[in-house]
Amino acid sequence: MGFLCNWCSYGGADAAGSQRKNYAPNVKVIRVMCTGRVEPEFVLKAFQSGADGVLILGCHPGDCHYKEGNYKALRRYHLLKKVLSQFGIEEERLRLDWVSATEADKFVDTINDMVATIKALGPLALSNPALAKGVSADFQEDTLV
Amino acid sequence: MRIFRRTPLSKPKVAFYWCASCGGCEEAVVDLAEDILKVVAAVEFVFWPVAMDFKVKDVEALQDGDIAVSFINGAIRTGEQEHMAKLLRKKSGLVVAFGACAHLGGTPGLANFINRKTIFDRVYLNAPSVYNPDGILPQQKTMVEEGELTLPEFYDTVCTLDQVIDVDYYLPGCAPPPDLIMKAVEAILSGNLPEKGTVLAPDRALCDSCKRRDTKPEKAVIKEIKRVHEVLLDPVKCFLDQGVICLGPATRDGCGERCINANMPCRGCFGPTSRVVDQGAKFLSGLASIIDANDEQGIKKVIDSIADPAGIFYYYALPASMLRRKR
Repeated sequence: MGFLCNWCSYGGADAAGSQRKNYAPNVKVIRVMCTGRVEPEFVLKAFQSGADGVLILGCHPGDCHYKEGNYKALRRYHLLKKVLSQFGIEEERLRLDWVSATEADKFVDTINDMVATIKALGPLALSNPALAKGVSADFQEDTLV
Repeated sequence: MRIFRRTPLSKPKVAFYWCASCGGCEEAVVDLAEDILKVVAAVEFVFWPVAMDFKVKDVEALQDGDIAVSFINGAIRTGEQEHMAKLLRKKSGLVVAFGACAHLGGTPGLANFINRKTIFDRVYLNAPSVYNPDGILPQQKTMVEEGELTLPEFYDTVCTLDQVIDVDYYLPGCAPPPDLIMKAVEAILSGNLPEKGTVLAPDRALCDSCKRRDTKPEKAVIKEIKRVHEVLLDPVKCFLDQGVICLGPATRDGCGERCINANMPCRGCFGPTSRVVDQGAKFLSGLASIIDANDEQGIKKVIDSIADPAGIFYYYALPASMLRRKR
């Protein structure tokens, strides 16, 4: 799952497209107006819905269209990574990087690199029935005592 | 309204039950003080293990839907609790999740950061005060001379009440304050009830009514996160402005600010407002935005000063969160 900021990174993805560059097809892109709009809840929702990794791409520090949205994203990112590791989710499954509208090559490299990292980690497999069905497997049995 | 199946002469039947909880919710009922007499006058208790001598078979003997309302407190962590919740659901017109543990999982829900094996190993094998040379762990069935003894199954994952049964209303809080309990009881008795699934408390953030709100920081101010015992807390200034984590911005109002008035920060027992799914993630978002650092090193330094962020952001709401438990 990739959250791309409208002003830089989505432009970078566009540039990669118009230059007909190849990159791993595993990413589902969602355009947001700013990385500062990417709430931690979005990231958790992506993992909960089956994403194996979440990539947030925004403008380089100092280049944010809204001045400081990407700084907020950076702070949330570091805090969220720490929380995710407490949930047993590898930190590498969440990545924040900066891609400007002209950096088609960096966009391609970042996607490929992220996909390779996730492939090496394997599926996230939040297969715990507590997540899928709302109750743990224990609840499926008749547990009258 | 489906709740009152009764003749004009009989009072509505009420049940009160506890699952994985500390007993504080039961205490909250006693805290109604003289108001409890009004409740006792208006209803008939048919089941309340902590206070009155009823047996499970008394509940089983009731017709389905016979109980007007069951107040169930505590999270669900054993087979017995699940069974009782399901039994009361069947026999009741309304089920109210009473208190933070039934509503969100509560502090027992923090066990979702570990699992049954870790808990059993600690409690029955490795705790310094334990002497258990044979390594005996609780069994669901044990044969003794007199026959078979049984214990309920202990689940790996703690669940909220609504993850196990259908819940009509939620009374939030650890424990719910007397005024909200009375309001809920009055609403149920009069049949003047809001939409199903409503949390019976104001739907705004705690900061909204906090006396310290004028000192709440608008901009990035936090250079270091301190724990409450590490700092002499100012009795009028916003806790966040003092670098102390207070879950007020991500927590529902209505508690009467019992903690804030005692000069302690909010820990989030009322859960999030209706617009928020994941209280911990929402608080994380707000806290990160007021950290005063823009470079990676500075940010990491502030974040490293937070001991156990997941534990504190999900203090009461881990089982109700999006991820629910550790992977």
